[in-house]
Amino acid sequence: MAEELDGRFRSTLSDEKLQAAVYSGTGLLMQKRQAVVNHDVLPEYQELRDQARALKEHALENLEAYLEQFESQVTAHGGKVIWCRDGDEVAEFFVRLAREKNARLLVKSKSMTTEEIGFNERLERHGLEVVETDLGEYIVQLAKSRPFHIVVPAMNMTRYDIADLFSRSLGIASETVPENQTQIARTVLREKFLTADIGVSGANFLVADSGAVVLVTNEGNGRMATTLPKVHVAIAGIEKIIPRAQDLPVFLKLLGRSATGQPLTVYTSFLSGPRRPGEVDGPEDFYVVLLDNGRTRVLADPGKRESLFCLRCGACLNHCPVYRKIGGHNYPWVYSGPIGSVIGPLYRGLDRDPWLPFASSLCGACAEVCPVKIDLPRLLLDLRSEITERRGRGWQERMGFRIWAWVMGRPRIYEILGRMATLLMRSPASGRWLRRAPAPLNVGPARAWASERDLPPLPRQSFRELWRARAAGRRDHAAR
Amino acid sequence: MPRDDLLREIRTALQHAGGRQAPEPPAVRLRIPAIDPEARIRLFCEAVERLAGKAHRAVSAADACAYVSAVLHGGTAVASGAGILHELGIAALPGVRTGLNSEGPLRSLCAVADLGITGADYALADTGTLVMLASAEEARMISLLPPTHLAVVARDRILTGLDELFSLLPHPDQQTSSMVLISGPSRTADIEQILIRKVHGPGEVHVVVVDT
Amino acid sequence: MAGRVSLFVTCIVDQLFPDIGLAAVDVLERLGYEVDFPQEQVCCGQPAFNTGYRREAGEVATHCLRALRNAEYVVVPSGSCAAMITHHFGELFASDPERLAETRRLAPRVWEFSKFLLEVAGVEDVGARYDGVVTFHDSCHGLRALQIKEGPRRLLACVKGLTLREMDAAEECCGFGGTFSVKFPAVSGAMARTKIASIQRTGAGAVVGVDASCLMQIGGALSRAGLAIRTLHLAQVLASH
Repeated sequence: MAEELDGRFRSTLSDEKLQAAVYSGTGLLMQKRQAVVNHDVLPEYQELRDQARALKEHALENLEAYLEQFESQVTAHGGKVIWCRDGDEVAEFFVRLAREKNARLLVKSKSMTTEEIGFNERLERHGLEVVETDLGEYIVQLAKSRPFHIVVPAMNMTRYDIADLFSRSLGIASETVPENQTQIARTVLREKFLTADIGVSGANFLVADSGAVVLVTNEGNGRMATTLPKVHVAIAGIEKIIPRAQDLPVFLKLLGRSATGQPLTVYTSFLSGPRRPGEVDGPEDFYVVLLDNGRTRVLADPGKRESLFCLRCGACLNHCPVYRKIGGHNYPWVYSGPIGSVIGPLYRGLDRDPWLPFASSLCGACAEVCPVKIDLPRLLLDLRSEITERRGRGWQERMGFRIWAWVMGRPRIYEILGRMATLLMRSPASGRWLRRAPAPLNVGPARAWASERDLPPLPRQSFRELWRARAAGRRDHAAR
Repeated sequence: MPRDDLLREIRTALQHAGGRQAPEPPAVRLRIPAIDPEARIRLFCEAVERLAGKAHRAVSAADACAYVSAVLHGGTAVASGAGILHELGIAALPGVRTGLNSEGPLRSLCAVADLGITGADYALADTGTLVMLASAEEARMISLLPPTHLAVVARDRILTGLDELFSLLPHPDQQTSSMVLISGPSRTADIEQILIRKVHGPGEVHVVVVDT
Repeated sequence: MAGRVSLFVTCIVDQLFPDIGLAAVDVLERLGYEVDFPQEQVCCGQPAFNTGYRREAGEVATHCLRALRNAEYVVVPSGSCAAMITHHFGELFASDPERLAETRRLAPRVWEFSKFLLEVAGVEDVGARYDGVVTFHDSCHGLRALQIKEGPRRLLACVKGLTLREMDAAEECCGFGGTFSVKFPAVSGAMARTKIASIQRTGAGAVVGVDASCLMQIGGALSRAGLAIRTLHLAQVLASH
């Protein structure tokens, strides 16, 4: 498994075009964020983070009460809440709804929650057409791929990739100018918006005291999908709940800035139910699907609960030096980067991808930029310890660390082993670094190290030997 | 029953008894800076321009109408039923159609119109944002379907920011099924991170600020 | 005499980069401190802790607590090892009240080297001289756990003859990450190469840092790339004269 992974990583790492796209794409988002959260521009930034975290903590610690309040508000406004344990139940609901409404075409605005459950594929199996309308997601859908980044789904693709894709999928001449490519998508999708039977959205926030779904978007597809079709269904993880509408300013001030460097995205929609009597347009039917899909299990573990605070801003991805190298497609599930490395194992089970929480240097850049202060490095360390306890990581590693611990508690043995290693290493007196360890030692970690960088030469004497010699020298000197 | 099962699982996860009430949420202080009306207008217009929108301060009804006509430039427009548009005479300008209150005809018109003209319930000075509540007078699609959107805002409706909005309007859901905050023309950076405007929503946004 | 300090030299400096330890001692002695070396010390346990082996880490950390028990000030030439003691021993011993109490007694006395100079010794100019252009790498644990950022720069600013040129990716992880470096060598190596490219762009003759593990990663990458840029611990620069 380790070799296969490393091979996949190597191929990504040697793809210069992809490396450039990821590094510059994430770099730009980092800069944009920095420009709007720095102390001169937003002096209350740290305070907002504390407030947002406190609100999320409170909301999740009282989740059942707020979900019930949310439901009663939605119902009062003429909508309906559908409770679903998993993707099967979501699909069941939609198939039934489509039959009831004689619906065939669904337009979807961006929703990572729907990606979690393979929403499009499930519905397509039942003969329904689901069209992604966020430009990046539309591109990903045509490419039959999956999102590369939580916020910028097609970050890995160039205009030329998109030109080929549009050409093949839409049967048109190759168009490489991004503005024109966007207009092509606008035209194609406009037709879909105008004729769709059901509009599907995610939800950035569910507001308990208002029965409202809040969507934070830029393109207008969120508005289109929730205004034109007769039916609007919002799908959201149960953790999206916040207590009150007046809590929104705290979150809205953090979300756009953290994600794309925007104080507010172009459209912030606060949708509470089907159209009211007298209103001219808007959906006639309004549903909110509350999805569990493993979240209650995470909720039950107080040490892991904070992973549910995530606003899906993508800041942790942008700042993660590992993500910036391996990109979104090397993560096994739909959520990538640091948050993906935590909620993937938590939602799907620790046994599924046990290597994932280890694929981090624990640099902590993610925690520094998380708008809700999720302690991602601590969560990764906890997962590592749990994975190691449960299934171990191979008996060699376990034994290795047992021996290591035994040695590291015995200074004299540690010293002897250190001296033996020095003899075996036969480091050159020049102090030059080594291309590889000498034969008996060129295994395991030493070999893995040497595959990428030179090894430091082992000094003839350790610090403690030099210290003792120095102390002896001083004693001799003092004695004279 | 999925609902009861899920709620029960959540209660178990949190180790809560049934029927437990949530305690008060942490207090959030809504901060409303003291900014005088003139400054609000100025900040708002600057913020709109920063978003590649266009802001115009109308000194009179005639001025407002002239601006709208210039934007319209001989094309067709749909105007919402917002009172301010009628008061200023904008709804009566050549090329402007108004009074469509049923969805079908309104949609057909919006799908081909060059310009959608609306009022705005509020505006936010710090982010150059229009706040639009759907109502019998304001259909959602007018600020969405046509490629250009022009909103007329009364100067006393310009708030300092989100905090002031939510302190004035703590329960938007009581007034409308849809409150939309619009900050500039529709945009994307999905292709090579290049900023492109006019995706699905309007590619051009104009705001005309008028005296009350 | 300014006082007595104990050196927790760290296993990596002890075995691989003893000159760093000697340099730290030189600087401290020059400032009038008497330095002792509690001989029982070996390691803080971080490698096991980071790899999920909490029991093994706990054993090694317990030994570390014992070794440093009597120290008044513990100076550590490593941000990550200092942070292990001050930030993670508490987690490790959360359900061990005795060790937890020992940790609480020890942690406030543990000082990363540059922080000791600035905040305890209260000096910025240690009388060093180093002729050359250097750049500075911000080690992740030092930066984020201990807020080590401005401190070393203030110390370097007082070194006669030294020019500091900032690299664009100073705060980006070098890719070491403990066992990460050998579990995911390809990614770790790529991160190191990004770092050394940034170092190269400064034109500096040396890269300075406060963590020997980072310097080992960066030094190894520089050597593999055939670049003649030195890696120096802050202590080594401050010891120069």
